[in-house]
Amino acid sequence: MAMTNMVSGSGTISSNAMLRIPCPQCGLRDYSEFRYAGDATKSRPGLESTDPREWHDFVFLFDNPKGAHREYWQHVQGCRQWIVLERDTATNRVGSASLARERGHV
Amino acid sequence: MKALRLPVGGRIDRSCPLSFKLEGRDLTGLAGDSLASALLANDIQVVGRSFKYHRPRGVLASGIQEPNALMTIGTGGRRTPNLAATTVELSDGLVCERQNGWPNVDWDLGSVLGLFSRFIGAGFYYKTFMGPTRRAWMFYERWIRRTAGLGKATHEPDPDRYETQHHHVDVLVVGAGPAGMAAAVAAGRAGARVLLVDQDSALGGSLLNSAIGSTDDHCLQQLTEQLTGLSQVKVSLRTTVFGLYDGETVGMVERRAHADVLQGSAREVLHVVRARHIIYATGALEQPLVFGNNDRPGVMLAESVRVYLNRYGIRLGETIAVVTMQDSAWRTAMELAEAGANVTIVDGRESVDAHWLEQARQCNVAVRLAALPEQAIGSRWVSALEIQSHRDGRRERLTCDLVAMSGGWMPTIQLTTHTGIRSVFDPALGVHVCGNLPANQSVVGAMTGRPLGSLVEAHRIGEQAARLCGAVGEAGESSEAAFRSAPLMVSQSGQPVSTHPKAFIDLQSDVTVADLDLSLEDGFESPEHLKRYSALGMATDQGKSSHYNGLRILAARRGMTLDVLGTTTHRPPFTPVTVGALAGRSIGLHFRPTRRTPLHHWHLQHGAHMIEAGLWLRPWYYEWAGRDVGTAYIEEMRHVRRAVGISDVSSLGKIEIVGPDTGKFLDRIYANNFSSLAVGKARYGVMLNDDGTVLDDGTTSRFGPHRYFMTTTTAQAGEVMSWIEFLLQTAWRDLSVHAVSVTDRWAGFSIAGPLSRQVLAKAFPQADVSGEKLPHMGVLETDWQGEPLRIARLSFSGELAYEVYVPADAGVAMWTHLLEVGAFADIRPYGLEALASLRIEKGHVAGIELDHRNTLDDLGLGKMASRVKPYVGQALSQRADLKAADRWSLIGLELIEPAGKLRGGAILFAADDPIQGHGRGYITSVTWSTVHERLIALALYQGGLSHQGEEVVCAFPLRGEQVRARIVSPMFYDPSGERLHA
Repeated sequence: MAMTNMVSGSGTISSNAMLRIPCPQCGLRDYSEFRYAGDATKSRPGLESTDPREWHDFVFLFDNPKGAHREYWQHVQGCRQWIVLERDTATNRVGSASLARERGHV
Repeated sequence: MKALRLPVGGRIDRSCPLSFKLEGRDLTGLAGDSLASALLANDIQVVGRSFKYHRPRGVLASGIQEPNALMTIGTGGRRTPNLAATTVELSDGLVCERQNGWPNVDWDLGSVLGLFSRFIGAGFYYKTFMGPTRRAWMFYERWIRRTAGLGKATHEPDPDRYETQHHHVDVLVVGAGPAGMAAAVAAGRAGARVLLVDQDSALGGSLLNSAIGSTDDHCLQQLTEQLTGLSQVKVSLRTTVFGLYDGETVGMVERRAHADVLQGSAREVLHVVRARHIIYATGALEQPLVFGNNDRPGVMLAESVRVYLNRYGIRLGETIAVVTMQDSAWRTAMELAEAGANVTIVDGRESVDAHWLEQARQCNVAVRLAALPEQAIGSRWVSALEIQSHRDGRRERLTCDLVAMSGGWMPTIQLTTHTGIRSVFDPALGVHVCGNLPANQSVVGAMTGRPLGSLVEAHRIGEQAARLCGAVGEAGESSEAAFRSAPLMVSQSGQPVSTHPKAFIDLQSDVTVADLDLSLEDGFESPEHLKRYSALGMATDQGKSSHYNGLRILAARRGMTLDVLGTTTHRPPFTPVTVGALAGRSIGLHFRPTRRTPLHHWHLQHGAHMIEAGLWLRPWYYEWAGRDVGTAYIEEMRHVRRAVGISDVSSLGKIEIVGPDTGKFLDRIYANNFSSLAVGKARYGVMLNDDGTVLDDGTTSRFGPHRYFMTTTTAQAGEVMSWIEFLLQTAWRDLSVHAVSVTDRWAGFSIAGPLSRQVLAKAFPQADVSGEKLPHMGVLETDWQGEPLRIARLSFSGELAYEVYVPADAGVAMWTHLLEVGAFADIRPYGLEALASLRIEKGHVAGIELDHRNTLDDLGLGKMASRVKPYVGQALSQRADLKAADRWSLIGLELIEPAGKLRGGAILFAADDPIQGHGRGYITSVTWSTVHERLIALALYQGGLSHQGEEVVCAFPLRGEQVRARIVSPMFYDPSGERLHA
């Protein structure tokens, strides 16, 4: 995941998202407290991997799924925890959220 | 027209006249008037000129669907263009202008365009001015914009205040007509927290269209009483719900009454409402009929004619033709007749209900069945209506001074589609109704599309909504009265499509049936394509009086049913929203937060001029050094190089990192080696992004076996912190490390200059800051007056220098202390400009060079990369392209022509290159060098220092400048580091 892909949420109202995210630590919070950080279904190569192909695919190749998706969000204006959120990209319906640190290896 | 304000009746206050101005003319209206009703009462017939053809236009409607009566309201900073006069409440002293006419609306030269109208049909502008003849558009645009524009906005600042409010409610009821009120009463009684909103200034919706004392009025009184007793129900009037967003979030704008604004109220309030349940009660909008010259002033919507009669007490004509395809207009006809008008009703249907015929006989209303209007006659105001029977084709001319038309009703379903739930066509009802809504959204009243809504049904749905929100109270019985919802049209597919050359579908965009046909001929057949090609439904009214007729006629032309044809997509906002309302208080200094260092007020009190650096306000330069930045920063630089200066660097990102694996962690996140860093030492480090480009640089100090203190650049502090947290919480959970941002916890100062050590020694006698004990890159921890103190011998300027950190609250005391004890050395504060210039002289890169595109090699830092351990970004930093020899990399530049100027952003060319295109690089940072007494610069240049000694041309096309410079090492100052290690 490249940091440059991150966009932090701000603003009072926008047409694309008025989501609320159920932060496992803090409860239901407005999406504007979070930063979005992309696809959480990809697995990050190990640091010792020097295979540029593997890193290339991880850093640059993204699917653009319509429907159920899992993505990283960070509660930057709250508990600072990284969260894996289930969101339907077609309807914006938000599913469950879990702490990234509590998931199996990414 | 002889608009007649009736002596009695209406919801206006005849004892309260309000004066207002139309283009300098003094006019009078009444309290309770809309601007449109006041203009009509004053016999103002032409309220604007049409967009394309400059045809005279009169008021069509009485609400938000008004396409014609767009006015510019107010003066000075309050001047607001394109407001529908039908939605503006008249206020005393209101000033308004009509639009789109030149020299004026009553006598508009632009109307000669009408003579050429056959040449400016659909797609005219595209065909004529775009594509191969694009240049022509550039040329003509100025004139076209002048003749075909809408109103002009002001350039003055808005004097008013705008607010934002957030609400959480159980049930939001959109629309306070009879159904909405009944639903709100039931939900409120059951115990739900209810918010009832309506765009009108009064409760009642369609009930307000009926006369005082009528059955409808009685119903309104009853519902109002029921609401008044309910503290659970909040009512917000003058409030338009403009958008539905994810998670049942609703955006709405409340417009405060003008008199309140003058008393200090906000002008508009943006309400962001989170509702657990939404009940739509938005009613339906009456649609025009499409026939020849149906845009003539005096051709109005039938229900609106009724509104002007019953709400505003104005009878808009004496001899009135009512033309319709459905029942609601019959009620209008009867009421107009009762108010003394001569009325003829023309109905396209073969037969109507017998009770209407009976009523017509009683009221002396003439009836023509199975006939439809052909064309309106008259130029500035309608004088007759030509109708044609479709039984025998016979034409008849009805002399009249008003045409009240009704093409049926379109349910106001726009909101329900905003989150992507498409509307569906109901063939039985002949209209589009809302699609399959989720369980927490319901629809009541006329919006359902059913001809007769009932209060019982609305009451039941209101109670149900409350139950879904967990309310358990008693909702009681609904009001017994079944209200008369506006009867909706049955499918209009039977209405023939007019062949008249000027049969308008969209009055605001000036789109006729002929334009629609032309679009079809040109191949734009789908509703979405037709819309964009012909501009049908694209004006500020968003097709509220045209969209539906457009679809109907398109379906007829293509021989399709409306459900097959589909519709266009409705998007927020439902009605225009001001930028002021959206911005709220986030304007000026409040547009984004301001970060201040603990020394902020000291700086202001001691002659600092501040500058924005990201969100931070930092001292730019101090007055002691000069009156403007150009002279001051040079003096500050000199002072640092010859004596000692002190600068506030509290904005640097600071991260406390603890844990037994911190060394390992730093090895991974920094490209260079850190696990070998000894306690009491600091090291400069560079981090890469995963893609191998440089993310940030900074220093990390080790204060204990497991305690480290990282600094980042001011600009990247947030990014680096999130990045560290991400890695520690996901990929690197094997490390026992904690990291926390302490940026706001510590104040930080840089003390730089040959005398800096003497100042520190005097300031902290208990600490040994000698060169032996605290060498370059050494750190120590001590305390000062009970506060922890960290001193790190680090240099950004190239001088002997230290960074000193104390808790933020002790910042001012410490700073003052250093200035006092440093007086012997003439210590002086220096600002960001000098700080940045000193580092340019030393050849240090900073944020402007770190643009997330360069590699370590590009910045001359390639030797730092570790060869013995893996680190973030390592794999991709080895890509061939990132290793290429001709990459843009860091160089220094020395100006050759002393008279010229080096400028940041200048494009670099080799000496014999043609000066065009993107060049071989660009200048990133420029300063005056106090050492070399000339301008120097850092730049990124193709091939970098392999071209050292060569001449380049620095082109700055914005000013037409070209100067020559020589490529030199970026280390302009003390390249051997003698001063640093002194």
